[in-house]
Amino acid sequence: MTDFLQLLLSGLATGSIYALAALGFTLLWQASGTINFAQGEFVMLPAFAMLACMSFGAPLGIAFVLTVLLAVVVLGWGFKRGVVDPLLRFGMMPIVVATIGLSIAMRNGVRAGFSAEAHPFPNLFADKIFNVAGVTVTLADIGTFALAVAIVLATQAFLSRTVTGRAMQAVAQNTESAQVLGIDVPRMVFYTFAINATLAVAAALLVTPTYLAKFDMGEGLGTKAFFAAIIGGFNNSRGALVGGLIVGVAENLAAAYISPAYKDAVALLIFMLVILFKPQGLLGRKEERKV
Amino acid sequence: MSAAPLLKVSELRKSYDAIRAVDGVSFEVRPGEIFGVIGPNGSGKTTLFNSMLGQIRPDAGRIELQGQDVTHLGPLQLNRRGVGRTFQTLQVFGRMSVRDNLIVAAQEHQGSMLKRLFMPGDSGLGAKADALIDQFRIGHVAHKKAGQLSYGQQKLVDIGMAFMSDPALVLLDEPCAGVNPSLVGGLSRLLKELNETRRGSFVVIEHNMDFVMDLCHRIMVMVEGRVMAIGTPAEIRANRQVLDAYLGS
Amino acid sequence: MKARHLLLAGIAAAVLLVWPHFLKSYGIYLLSYWLIYIIATMGLNLTVGYAGQKSLGHAAFFGIGAYTVAILLKAGVSFWLGLPAGALLCFAVGLVLGFPALRVQTIYLAFATLGFNTAVWLLIRNEEWLTGGTFGINNIARPELFGFSLEGNKAYYHLVLVITVLMGLLLWGLLRSPWGKAFTALRDNPIRAESLGVSVRGYTLLSFAIGAAYAGVAGGLFASLVQFIEPAPFNVAASIMMYLMVVVGGPGYFLGPVLGAAVGVILPEWLRDVPGVANWYLPAFGAAVVLLMVWLPDGLLSIPDRLKARREAREASALRAATAAATRQEVSA
Repeated sequence: MTDFLQLLLSGLATGSIYALAALGFTLLWQASGTINFAQGEFVMLPAFAMLACMSFGAPLGIAFVLTVLLAVVVLGWGFKRGVVDPLLRFGMMPIVVATIGLSIAMRNGVRAGFSAEAHPFPNLFADKIFNVAGVTVTLADIGTFALAVAIVLATQAFLSRTVTGRAMQAVAQNTESAQVLGIDVPRMVFYTFAINATLAVAAALLVTPTYLAKFDMGEGLGTKAFFAAIIGGFNNSRGALVGGLIVGVAENLAAAYISPAYKDAVALLIFMLVILFKPQGLLGRKEERKV
Repeated sequence: MSAAPLLKVSELRKSYDAIRAVDGVSFEVRPGEIFGVIGPNGSGKTTLFNSMLGQIRPDAGRIELQGQDVTHLGPLQLNRRGVGRTFQTLQVFGRMSVRDNLIVAAQEHQGSMLKRLFMPGDSGLGAKADALIDQFRIGHVAHKKAGQLSYGQQKLVDIGMAFMSDPALVLLDEPCAGVNPSLVGGLSRLLKELNETRRGSFVVIEHNMDFVMDLCHRIMVMVEGRVMAIGTPAEIRANRQVLDAYLGS
Repeated sequence: MKARHLLLAGIAAAVLLVWPHFLKSYGIYLLSYWLIYIIATMGLNLTVGYAGQKSLGHAAFFGIGAYTVAILLKAGVSFWLGLPAGALLCFAVGLVLGFPALRVQTIYLAFATLGFNTAVWLLIRNEEWLTGGTFGINNIARPELFGFSLEGNKAYYHLVLVITVLMGLLLWGLLRSPWGKAFTALRDNPIRAESLGVSVRGYTLLSFAIGAAYAGVAGGLFASLVQFIEPAPFNVAASIMMYLMVVVGGPGYFLGPVLGAAVGVILPEWLRDVPGVANWYLPAFGAAVVLLMVWLPDGLLSIPDRLKARREAREASALRAATAAATRQEVSA
């Protein structure tokens, strides 16, 4: 039982990081119909960016802030203006392929230009272990979980309680109506991209200490983020949190109780079941087929 | 015209939560008749249409086509039984040529799916499509992609597609919507021509009163999901209730 | 077909027949590789380009075709039986994959096919007793035809060429038949199509099944080409590359796969040889894809259509300007 609880807790921690990536992914889809196949690489690049900052002597906090600024400009504004805006009216296909190209370029660019090896990343949390009712829990697990969930909830609060946030939601639900209401649609969409970039940097900060910075760290993370977003509900931002946590916990339990080889299969299985029986996701709204 | 109705709708009902969109509608359409459906917005005309076309399932009631119960059939099966339709928002295949649009509108009626794999590209419908293009006077744009045509021209293609498979019953959803007023008369003439030459029945939803009164043999007035009156244009124009509720004095 | 097209086709055929004689063994191998991916991409082009479906699981069928041929060869079954067997199996599995397509749309369908690919890949990787798992299957033989061995790269290339042309002709015939219009109707407006009697269900399933069968044939040829197969070329990343090939070449254009497969297979190889690129050939490839999409969202083969549209727009505005000028003249006169 204690094993189970331990796996559950560390699964929640991992899952909360997936939730960060999934949330950004979902927001991009809602606000602009963009499927970002480079989402994993959007987490990988900031990880290396922070490492680069720190190699110049900056402390982690400064590196984080600088990277967030850089990410908002490059992965937010640059990505939107350079790739998404020109392609939006051509449907899903060109954007999907463009982001595929982007992920190939980013992943192999880091490999060729920086290094093919795994690099260690400083941990936000000290190396402490707690023992609660027989269950061993690391400070990192608790801290990661708490911080990630806080960020997700803060984002959701921003979206539902502030004027800007509600404007962004309006754009996501009905762009034309939002425009008619005087909402600056391009700016709202940019804010979505900026939020996605920030969430990606946060995810990098939390996940890299454990998984180390490597050029291909984005691959698995990206896939899990997709699964999490779909399982939770692609048209509901709360779904990202639920989906992420489910994937994180299921993975951990599967690896321990079934077999490490089929660890990926569990997330896949849940994903397939959701797609076939409730395609809008566990928390999603049913999308009507328009005439 | 023969006695047996082509289309018989009995006590059709459809509700959305508390709103009774269609509340016990009954009417008949005779073979070769042009039957108009008018009424204020929200009277249930579109819901009635969509129920008849298998897009939505009615809660209660019966729809009979040529004596057979078709209440729960979907659009595909209805088309196979000889029901055609036009759409209120234009629905042509934008990337296909006008001629191909017309051909694809009837090709699925030519033999079986497997047989069609070995037929020539136009499934033998080339001449028929050309005839329709002539009748609609769109020969000069027949080879253009349908998406490049003007709204009025696309409207004609849309109507033509509904008729290509010689359906016994055609449902026209606001054929005058968005059409230049100067072209409405021509549209009315065209539909009358089609009705006389092909002897199919039409059911037409429309808001343009002049068009409806001129074109239709009989008209049904719907208000709040119910039938208020059914009669010839003259009868409807003289009907006090209808005048008060809808047409004004 | 116009005389010009026939001439071009003739020249292309001659080039493809003669070219290998000027290439070294690796070059011929690469050409065969390219042709095989053309076949696979042709199938995906039908599913995605002509029928408008979403499929990110095509490499799974590639794998099923490859492993069917390899396993049957090891069991003593001739290549000439194994290849159609693989194609038929893929057709059947493709039909099955089509069913979710009837229930979920667009992005959800894309993810469902992605899931399917992962499932197949996991099976291939984990079921060692059947597929050799991560160790794969090696020493796959090349076939014989009427006593002639097709062992050599050049001989095998000619076989692949013939099959590619045959598959192309079959697809051409299919698309020119009424089925072609039905697929396009399905892609452009499924609701209208259904109301016209086009069986959305039937054609959706067929588009997946036929596309899958093409990938199966390609996979079978692939197995004997590379003579050693393992799970890697059949994973989600490979499916994504195939999707990339369709979109870059031009979805819904018949020759799109030829260009798309060239971009996917030959471009990276070519970039590797460009002086100064070396390790950067993959990032360069990725960047090229992004630029290509931004510049030509409808694929490479949309260039003629774009030029035509631009010309027509110029003519129309010239006409408008001339009419306006004439009207001004009338008014001022």
